[in-house]
Parts: sequence; C-alpha cells; structure tokens
Amino acid sequence: MILTLAYGAILLSLASACFALLQTRFTAMVFLLLGLSGALAIAAGIGELLDQTVLVDNLKLGLPWQTWKIRFDGLSAFFFLIIGIAVFAVSFYAPHYTHHEQKNPASFAVLSLFTGLFIAGMMLVLLADDAFMFMIAWELMSVASYFLVAFQHENSANRIAAFLYLLMAEVGALLIILAFGVVASFADGFTFDELRASQISTTWMSIAFVLALMGFGMKAGLVPIHVWLPEAHPVAPSHISALMSGVMLKVALYGLIRFCFDLLPEVHWQWGVVLLIVGTVSALSGILYAMMQQNLKRLLAYSSVENIGIIVMVLGLSMIFLANNHKELAALGLLAALFHAFNHALFKNLLFLGAGMIHHQTHELNIDMLGGLIKRMPKTSVIFLIGCMSISSLPLFNGFVSEWLALQTALQVGVLDNGVLRSLIPVSAAALALTAALAAACFVKVFGLIFLGVPRSRHAEKAKEIDNIGMLAAPAMLAGLCFFFGIFPSVILDLLGGVTNHILDAALPQTSVLTPLWLAPVSMQQASYSPLLILVSVLITALILFLALHGKGATKARIAPTWDCGFGALSPRMQYTSSAFTMPLRRIFATVFLIDEKIEKTMRENTKLNVADVRYSLHIQDHSWVHVYQPIERGVNRVAKQVGRIQTGNIRTYIGYSLATLILLLWVVSL
Amino acid sequence: MNWAIAIFQTVLFVALAPLLASFLKFCKCRLQNRRAPSFLQPYRDLLKLTRKQPVISQDASWLFCVAPYIIFTMMILAATVIPLIAVDMPTSESADVIVLVGFFAFARFFLALAGLDIGTAFGGMGSSREMTISSLAEPAMLMAVFTITMTASNTDLSGAIHHILNEGATLHPSFVFALFALILVAVAETGRIPVDNPTTHLELTMIHEAMILEYSGRHLALIEWASQLKLMLYGVLIANLFFPWGIAQSFTIGALSFALVALVLKLIVLSVFLALAETVVAKMRLFRVQEYLGFAYLLGLLGMLSHIILESTR
Repeated sequence: MILTLAYGAILLSLASACFALLQTRFTAMVFLLLGLSGALAIAAGIGELLDQTVLVDNLKLGLPWQTWKIRFDGLSAFFFLIIGIAVFAVSFYAPHYTHHEQKNPASFAVLSLFTGLFIAGMMLVLLADDAFMFMIAWELMSVASYFLVAFQHENSANRIAAFLYLLMAEVGALLIILAFGVVASFADGFTFDELRASQISTTWMSIAFVLALMGFGMKAGLVPIHVWLPEAHPVAPSHISALMSGVMLKVALYGLIRFCFDLLPEVHWQWGVVLLIVGTVSALSGILYAMMQQNLKRLLAYSSVENIGIIVMVLGLSMIFLANNHKELAALGLLAALFHAFNHALFKNLLFLGAGMIHHQTHELNIDMLGGLIKRMPKTSVIFLIGCMSISSLPLFNGFVSEWLALQTALQVGVLDNGVLRSLIPVSAAALALTAALAAACFVKVFGLIFLGVPRSRHAEKAKEIDNIGMLAAPAMLAGLCFFFGIFPSVILDLLGGVTNHILDAALPQTSVLTPLWLAPVSMQQASYSPLLILVSVLITALILFLALHGKGATKARIAPTWDCGFGALSPRMQYTSSAFTMPLRRIFATVFLIDEKIEKTMRENTKLNVADVRYSLHIQDHSWVHVYQPIERGVNRVAKQVGRIQTGNIRTYIGYSLATLILLLWVVSL
Repeated sequence: MNWAIAIFQTVLFVALAPLLASFLKFCKCRLQNRRAPSFLQPYRDLLKLTRKQPVISQDASWLFCVAPYIIFTMMILAATVIPLIAVDMPTSESADVIVLVGFFAFARFFLALAGLDIGTAFGGMGSSREMTISSLAEPAMLMAVFTITMTASNTDLSGAIHHILNEGATLHPSFVFALFALILVAVAETGRIPVDNPTTHLELTMIHEAMILEYSGRHLALIEWASQLKLMLYGVLIANLFFPWGIAQSFTIGALSFALVALVLKLIVLSVFLALAETVVAKMRLFRVQEYLGFAYLLGLLGMLSHIILESTR
C-alpha cells in the first residue's frame, strides 16, 4: 500500500512531464499532477515512518539479468517526505511564477518536462536497492536538472554555469560509480544486500569512503568542490533553485548516509574526523562567502554550502561515536543531522521562493538595489522574516532545535577516550557556534537591506504585493511549518527515532525525553529545552508589557520626518549598502577571501586635492575557484592539447588507427 | 510556591537592573572625582521616558515599533533562566545555557534590524558593527560556558551550579581561563569600555547608541531598561556561575535573604572592578576589537583544553 503510494508519486510526476509535452492549453493540469505527486510522496513518507517495516519489491525493468530492486525503508521514507513537502509547495507557487513562460508553449513544455523528470529521478534514487538502478536514477536527476539550469540559455553566462554544473555532476557520478565498484568487487553482485555482505578489507573500504565522499560531496556542495552551486543556483528559475537547493542536495546527503552508515560493513573514527573537518570548513567558508554576496540567490546558494557543512559535521560526530561504540550518542548525532537536513529543506525552500517573489515584483536580485519592501510587500516580508529567523537559528524556530541538538551531541565528547578527538570536537563545536552567529549577521543583512530602510531604486519603490494566492500560500505554508517544528520538534524527532533504530541499530539513551513539552536528548538532568513553555512565557510577558505601556494615559506616537542633522534632505544612497555592512567582517577575515578592491579618484582640472569623481569597485573571489578549479581546468586543457595532436583530420590516419587497434586487440586476445 | 518564587526572582532581576547601572555610575564618578547622581536617577529617567510622547520616523515600519517589546521580552526570559538568588527554579528547566545565548541572539537580531529600519547611515553603521562584534563574541562565550558545563556534564545552569557547590572551593585551572574569557565577552556584549562607550554620541565610535538613535519615549525606555538588564544578566551569570557560594538551595525565607545579601556583595565587588577597569582603560579602535575577542576566544579554548587534558578523570 505504502509502496503503491510511492510509485504513484513517481508516476504522477512523470505524467506531469508527459502532459507538458502535449502543449495543451490546460497548463494548470501540469501543476495539479505535480501537487498530487507531492501529496502522495508525503503520505508514503509518513506512512512508512510510522509503519517501520522495510518494503521490498522487484520491478521488471532495466537489464534482463539485473532487474530493478526496490527498497523503501525509514531513511528513504524520511527523504521522500522532504521531497514531498517541497514539491507540494512548489506546485502551488509555480503556476503564477511561470506565467510568462506559459504564453510561450515551447519553453513552458521544456521547463515542465524536465521538472517532472527531475522530481521522478530524485524519488527513484531513494527507492533504489541496487547500484545499477541507483546510478540510472541519479543520472536522470542530474541530467534533467542540467536542462533546468540551462533553461534561460539565451544568456551566455547561464550556458557556462549550466555546463559547469553538468561537468561536476558527471565527474561526481563517475566517482560514485567507482565507489560502488570498489565495494562490489569484494561482493557477489551489485544489489545493496550483496554490497552489505561484502568481505572488504579496511584499506579498500577507506578508498571507497573517500570516493563516495567526493562523489556525493560534489553534488551536495562541500568545500572545495562546491563551485558549481553559486553559479548554477542563481540562473535557474526560483522554484527550480528551491528544489535543487532544498531537496537535491539532501538526496546527495541521503547517498552519503546510505553508503557510509548502511552499505559499508563498518565505520572508522578516522572517517568521522574527515567528515568533521570537511564539514567545519564548508560551514565556515560557506557562510563567510554568503555574507559577501550582493546577489540574493548567490547568497542563498553559499548559505546552502554552510548548512550542508553543518549536517556533514554532525554526521562526522555521529560516525566518531559509532566507531567508539557509543551507539546511543551516534543515534543522537544522526538524529540531529537528519533533523537539520529537514529544517534546511524547509527554510531554504522558503527563502528561494521568497527570492523569486522579490524578483517577480521588482525584477531585481541585487540586494543593493532593493530596500523598503516591508511597506510595499507586507505579507511577503513577514514570510521572509520567518525564513531568516529560522536559518539564523533563533529560539522558537526549527533551525535552533537542530543546532541545539548538534551542540548537545558535541558536548558529549567526555565519554571518548582518544585525546585527539576530545580536543578536536570542542573546537568544531565552537566553529559551529561561530557559524550560527555569522549566519545571523548574514540574514540581518539580507532582511535589513531588502525589506527595511528606504528603496534604493525605482523598481523597489514601485514594487507591489503579490496578488496571487498560490504564490503566497506556498511559502506561507513552509513558514508555518518552520514555526510549528520549532515549537513541536518532537513530532519529527519521534518519527526519526525509527530511522536511527534501523540504520544504526541503536536508539537514544534510555533517559532521554522527547515529548511535545520537553526535549532532553540525554537526560532531563543534563539539558532540557521546552519551546512550548518559552512561547507561552513570551506571549504572557509581551502582553503584560503591552498593557502596561499602552494603558490609559499612554500618548499616541507622533509621526515625523527622520532627523537629518540640519543638513538638508536625506537620500536613499546614504544608507548602508551590502558591501558597507559586511566591511568589518571582510577586514577581519581578509585571508579567507580573494579581495580586489579599487578606489579610483578623478581630480578636478589642475588641482591635486579637489576630487571630482570617485569610483569604488569591489570584487571578491572564491579561493577554491582560483586555487582548485582553475588549475585543474588548465591542466585538462594542456593534456587535451597534447592528445589533440593525434587528431589529424585525415581519414586515412583514422583508418590506420583502427587497423592498429584491431591488430593490438587480436594480439591481446591470442595471448 | 516554586512558581511564585521563580516569578519573584524574575521581578527582582528586572527591578534591580537600573540600580546596578546607577551603582556602576556611582563608582565611576567617584573614581573620576565627580559627584554621582542619585541612585534613583535611572528609575526617574525610565519613568520620564515612558510618559513622553514617542516620535517615530515616517520611514519606520511596524518592525521598528515591535522591536523594543521583543528585545525586552527576550531579556526577561533570559532573566528567568539565570539563577539569581536560588537554584532549581521551575522556569530554569525550560532552557539551558545554549538557549540563553539564543535569547541574546534573538534580541540582538531585532535590535540590528531596527537600526536598519529607518534607512539612515548611523543605524546601518551600528547594526553592522554590532553584528560583527557579537558574531565574534558569541562563540567565545559558548566556549567559556562549555568549559563549565563539561565539568558538570550538564548544560543546565542550576545543575552546573549544584556541581560546583558540591565540589567545594577546589581550584580548576580551566575555570580561571573561562572566567577571564567570560568577563571579556561580557564587557563586549554589554557595550562597555574598551569595546563601546555607553555615554558617547560621537559618530565614529558608537555602536549600541547608533542603532537606537531614532528611538524615543516608551520605546527608548524599554531599550534602555533592556540594556541595563543585560548588564545585570551578565554580572549575575559570572557571579553565580563561578562563585555560587551563598545561593539558596532551598526555598526558605532565611536561605533566600542570605542569598540576596551574598548576591549584593558579589555584584558590588564585580561593579567596582568594572568601574576601575573602565576608568583606567581607554576605548579601543574598532578594528582592534577582533584581537580582543580573539583573545577571549583563545582563553575559552584554553580553558576547555585544560579541562580535557588536565582535569577529566579518564
């Protein structure tokens, strides 16, 4: 039954793709099918999480001797739920957002076709129970999303970004195939059950782990192999960026968790250390780069790098505890990581959809060209504010709960014996704290410069509130979920308990408490958090304050122009800009960035002191682009040039090559 | 009964905060050979502000008016978590020390947004600097607090205090590091010299004042009170976490009044030290603050490492 729902979700998204191809006038049908697919995925995910029996199936598809094995367990179901929520929200948002595309049937068909295929691909990845099917689904997801990134291909920058994405996706896929291959060479076949039973040596297992980390890490956006993310996310349509950032990155994490925690027969603490370090570096550099961006969607893409870094870091913690036989703490770590993945999917989806709304109304994504939207788009601003508060991990919102759980996991380091680990983990906990604080600074900048202050451009000044209910309802629903899971995290944590049971064969410590009122991951005596009690006290306190200050006798506020110090009119250009806001942090963390800052002054004729005109330009580049990606690119080009010498363009030479190859092969065979 | 005491403690916290501020001012004035204003002056100022008509800029949004209430509420919530005169309050269970840091972050988030709301250069400047300083101070604070909580293997403040009380006055090297780190952070977070100067209105140096420049009337009163409360919160946190002796472990009148006397003595010592430091130290340039906070972070880290290497029983 549950599996039927899952199949239904996939078939419906494929049906939506097919329907788009027909190019009928009933474009609403495309989104209706997509929404139903999302709803079925949610139902299937929740059903399986409640039921907890592993469902297996064998589809007569694929190669005759290697039919597709299907397996739907708690881990798959949890990620299915994430996809379902995102797709459901997008199906409300997209009809109006893609409205101008609908007038052009061809481009609308392309967009919807690949959206459907992309979603079906992601869902199939989660169902796969053998390496073949996994890779086919993975490729479907990658290639379909390439066409979505390249959707607005008229712009050459978009084509370059899309190519970069395709390149990194394929290199990543290659590494994943190799990782599967390494394990499979010690096993009897390619199904996951056979891989689990493989008699693999520790060295080869470590090689497989590194390959998988690089392969999945490339898709998930771990530093330094994240360079495609900030290029590809801004150029795709907003609801696609929302799906890619909110969901596709999670599918990559699913792959990593499935491979390391489930398929490999054992884990080693050294791998945990690798994950911890990679995650910490990604989290810190992700948020620092995010802070420096002016393009809202680029900023959000870098912030995804940060959040993926946090999740990988907590996975590393979980792995370290698992390898040291503290299974209940490993379960806590995995719980924190999965919950953060869920939360990130919610608020990043919300923020990308919000970015789309801002772009839709102002045709502007440059933060320095916006401002004052809180008065022009009041509903959007409240929704976006909730997203910003969740991602800044403020109490009462969902982002805080998962970071709190992550810190609680890190603080259990006292149970470990290894001195290196005992000093490394607290340092990473502090880095996590720094990341959270920087994220708050970053999203103060985002909300403050976009929605507050005075409009910095005509577009922003003329902006109007969105008048389409669906386009408002989708992000509003996500905002509601962000708040709901911030107050009642136990709803999801209870469901997740079964997942950790299944994957790690361990539950949380006996003394832990997870009720709607109390959250105590280790024991009630050690640490407890009650969002509901806090919410109630906030409401009571605020009510008392309000009544005390607004009782009778309170004067009504006077509205007046802003005090300009007597110098004459204030102008919007006097406000702090994005680069001004982040200038102190840019200076403090100067070594993290490649900063190219220029101030050009032109003097008035014949004077040396009288400045006529000042130009300021700031260009910040990513270290990994210059020091990792570009050297590799140059190396590949150089090798290609050498190889290119054998390409003469003369048909006789090619016939000669074929003959030589044939003779060589015949000789090899005869040996 | 427990709830009544918890509410009483919170009210006491809020009510005493302006007094602490005025005592600090008294110490500073005496050290600088000036006559101090009356101890009741902050209360009179707050009362005056609540009676005045607030003036709001025409460019302000609803967020500007709501922010003072949010900031003050968050400070009150923080006050319910930190043990003032007694441990094991029913309210303190709802949040541990990480949530406490979260409350401060929540208040700061809205303060910084309010600074940006009017669209003047000063507000943006204050917000930018505040977020910079706090994002460096927050990890340093967590490091310092984690040292204590790891010793007590408990992130609940009451639990940590119990642990220290049970252990007696043994000297932990890690606590010394953590204490200094927390003092440095507290000075930065409450906007005191050498990081910020609460009395300045000079454009280039102000941080906290720049953000609240546009506030007036009851909104300003709430913000002023909240920042006095924040000073008190940090003071009590340092006093009761590192020197918990005297705090009431049972809810009897005798224990509670003894705890109150002990607390007053601790706070007097702490504010004399703070006033002394503010008198002899000059304000730093803004771009030296990261060295100062980096040092605080380093102290916190050293505290944690010395706990792990020297003190843990394994």
